[in-house]
Amino acid sequence: MKYVYDLHKSMREQNLILVYEGEFTQEITKSVLAMAERNMDSMGEESTIKRKVFNVMVECLQNIVKHGEGYKVDESVNYDAVFMIGKKNDEYVIASGNPLHNADVVKLKTKLDQVNELDKEGLKQLYKDIIKSTTISEKGGAGLGFVDMARKSGRKLEYEFIQIDDERSFFALRTTIGRE
Amino acid sequence: MEILNLEGTEDTPKIILDKANGIFEISGRSLPEDSSEFYQPVLDWLQAYAGDPNPSSEFVFKLEYFNTASSKLILDVLSKLEDISGAKIHWYFHEDDEDMEEAGQEFSELVEVSFEFSTY
Repeated sequence: MKYVYDLHKSMREQNLILVYEGEFTQEITKSVLAMAERNMDSMGEESTIKRKVFNVMVECLQNIVKHGEGYKVDESVNYDAVFMIGKKNDEYVIASGNPLHNADVVKLKTKLDQVNELDKEGLKQLYKDIIKSTTISEKGGAGLGFVDMARKSGRKLEYEFIQIDDERSFFALRTTIGRE
Repeated sequence: MEILNLEGTEDTPKIILDKANGIFEISGRSLPEDSSEFYQPVLDWLQAYAGDPNPSSEFVFKLEYFNTASSKLILDVLSKLEDISGAKIHWYFHEDDEDMEEAGQEFSELVEVSFEFSTY
């Protein structure tokens, strides 16, 4: 039973409020949002910060709902997606991870790098350019999620691709929201 | 015209479009799973209304939160209002919600409709 203690310990060390691993749906998204909101309310978090955290959480969770798909290697090895939110003294950390096809890595990386290169004005312009020309994709996205996450957090989007095997990689994404 | 009246939920906004009483309002939270499907009845209603509008109509947006997929559809809704003579937009935002104020300003730069801003 030591794993329970170990998990608890690492959650405390990382200041994690909530971790969810498994299948992601709109219903799960709503539940996770409600739990995080209640948590921030009970801690008396400022509404400005709460709204930004909520905003980034929605984009992050709905990205996984729309684009994430599990990767079942065999009966014992199955990669699903993971979502977590942590709170430190001066910032909230929203992190997620999901498997994706190696073929999709470059496209996603290019998109993230493009967002990270831009300052506040540049992001605003990119947002306006995309919203004017975009159509809602089959998956239901507008292609604005990362831009919006970067705008709301005011920080760079941190990411990493960890290769699982020849076919898939694990995409980890982290956004921080300052509490200043 | 029939009234379009949708009760708000935790992930969809409350919407009233009532020509007879001159009430046109979208409020609450918008993060539906399928934003295109959710907003289609609104776009259809506005399309019909544009054919025979009241002399003036004030569309009230009092949104607490919307996701990026909804923002595209809100822009589509606002674009529909460009075709309605005498349409005005009243964009409400919570007094400490700069992001919602900025979102309204950005929309006002993207469509040719008059915007008024107020806090609530």
